[in-house]
Amino acid sequence: MAQYETVIGLEVHVELKTRTKIFCHSSTAFGGDPNTHVCPVCLGLPGVLPVLNREVLEYAVRVGLALNCKIAGFSKFDRKNYYYPDLPKNYQISQYDLPLAEHGYLNINVDGNVKRIGITRVHMEEDAGKLVHQGTISTTPYSLVDYNRTGVPLVEIVSEPDMRSPEEARAYLEKLKAVILYTGVSDCKMEEGSLRCDANVSVRPPGSHGFGTKTEIKNMNSFKALQRALHYEVERQIGILEEGGRIVQETRTWDEARGVTLSMRSKEQAHDYRYFPDPDLVPLVIDREWVEKIRASLPELPDQRKARYVKEYGIPEYDASVITATKEMADYFEQCLACYSNAKAVSNWVMGDLLRLLNARDMDITRCRVSPSRLAGMLRLIDGGTISGKIAKTVFEEMFETGRDPETIVREKGLVQISDEGAIAAVVDEVLAANRKVVDDFRAGKEKALGFLVGQVMKLTRGKANPEMVNKIIREKLK
Amino acid sequence: MITIAEVEHVALLSRLELTDEEKRMFAEQLSAILEYAGMLDELDTREVPPTAHVLPLRNVFREDIEGAHLPLEKTMQNAPEREGNFFKVPRIV
Repeated sequence: MAQYETVIGLEVHVELKTRTKIFCHSSTAFGGDPNTHVCPVCLGLPGVLPVLNREVLEYAVRVGLALNCKIAGFSKFDRKNYYYPDLPKNYQISQYDLPLAEHGYLNINVDGNVKRIGITRVHMEEDAGKLVHQGTISTTPYSLVDYNRTGVPLVEIVSEPDMRSPEEARAYLEKLKAVILYTGVSDCKMEEGSLRCDANVSVRPPGSHGFGTKTEIKNMNSFKALQRALHYEVERQIGILEEGGRIVQETRTWDEARGVTLSMRSKEQAHDYRYFPDPDLVPLVIDREWVEKIRASLPELPDQRKARYVKEYGIPEYDASVITATKEMADYFEQCLACYSNAKAVSNWVMGDLLRLLNARDMDITRCRVSPSRLAGMLRLIDGGTISGKIAKTVFEEMFETGRDPETIVREKGLVQISDEGAIAAVVDEVLAANRKVVDDFRAGKEKALGFLVGQVMKLTRGKANPEMVNKIIREKLK
Repeated sequence: MITIAEVEHVALLSRLELTDEEKRMFAEQLSAILEYAGMLDELDTREVPPTAHVLPLRNVFREDIEGAHLPLEKTMQNAPEREGNFFKVPRIV
């Protein structure tokens, strides 16, 4: 089969976590009873007047700046007209030709190299209501509408068609999520819909410079779904082209259960949104000084933080990128370093045992019961020789389960390392007597035999013997 | 001149059902309206910035403070059909 090149661009919607909606005073709280977080403005009743929430503009500027965009000096809202029952007004207030921010970029990692993905634009708009179907959207007998989400503020972030594989698309979305989480304007929960992603996908045959006909894929509710849906869609399009067919430009929905994308062409044939400036909302003139103030207030973003960790703490790039992937994890790391200075030791534990346990429980680090000072306390127990690194793993798991302090766990469970030379020597004698052949091997120059003997001593002491001392004592005795 | 096909397209977008007679009538009327507005094309507007809004107002905001919601029963008064606390609508696609 000929090699096709995949071309992907993403449109990402992010809900901003303001207290109230974009154009009215209704609550944005997630999970209220259906149709209880609404008012005449977001229901689009006649005679109402939407007014922009000041916080929404500030949050959207933060996103634009964090994505390296130029912030417009003049911007406005437009009506995007279409009939769909999740929009009570039959139009969505969005931004068309004068978006808030344009010409940005985001750097992602592709096989160890940095790749720059262009950001076309960032604009503000209102979210639509939530539709509840029985089964799928195209087989349900009817749908139910909850307008609580109608009018929740969104930013839409449109990328350039710069991604060349489903993996790059996923890396971009993960990075985008990390950056937005750092800015603090959204909680970016894909499962709750506060981060949503549509993809424009096309393939082009070898040697082609233009773009192939694209399809738009919706309804991908996790990073994994995005990657799977894109793989499926790319294969589907190549299959059609290989058989001499043509790609139809259309919107398709990802069916997670069946692992396929399905056409969802609506009755309205062509997209004809008839955008026009919303006469209810006055234009925005954005003050440069205010924008610069917001820029100065932005927190350190993942890439900057990663570079600082490498430089300041001397940890490897890989460690730094894992730890800075979320702001919370990086904050935790720094809190540990405030009480303990060996950065590499901290990063090993955070990236290793801590992350493993969090992932196994599908937990967020904010819910971790091991406080930074207690993790530091445990590391000091290792350094001081009270526990071995191996025993520390047991202690850490206990800390993770119970949130108790390491000193108490070590004392109560009798996990204190045996560093008494006489006690260790007695066990060593026992092991040497029981393993004559291995002892002979070692004396004959088989260095590996030592490891076995050390292991036997550790086993008899249930891991509590100080391994360095065990090593030393065996060597002395076999000299 | 606006064609019958264009009237049909606009009618579809606006969810209007028109008779053949109405289509002919609206084609004529819309043509006349557009022709009249077309006079504006005679003006040289190269130096005039596009108008985004007719009022001389800029930057009108509200603070991010919660207010009262509409009581559920009032909200649901506008539901043509209802199931529980949801608006019930025909299948979309």
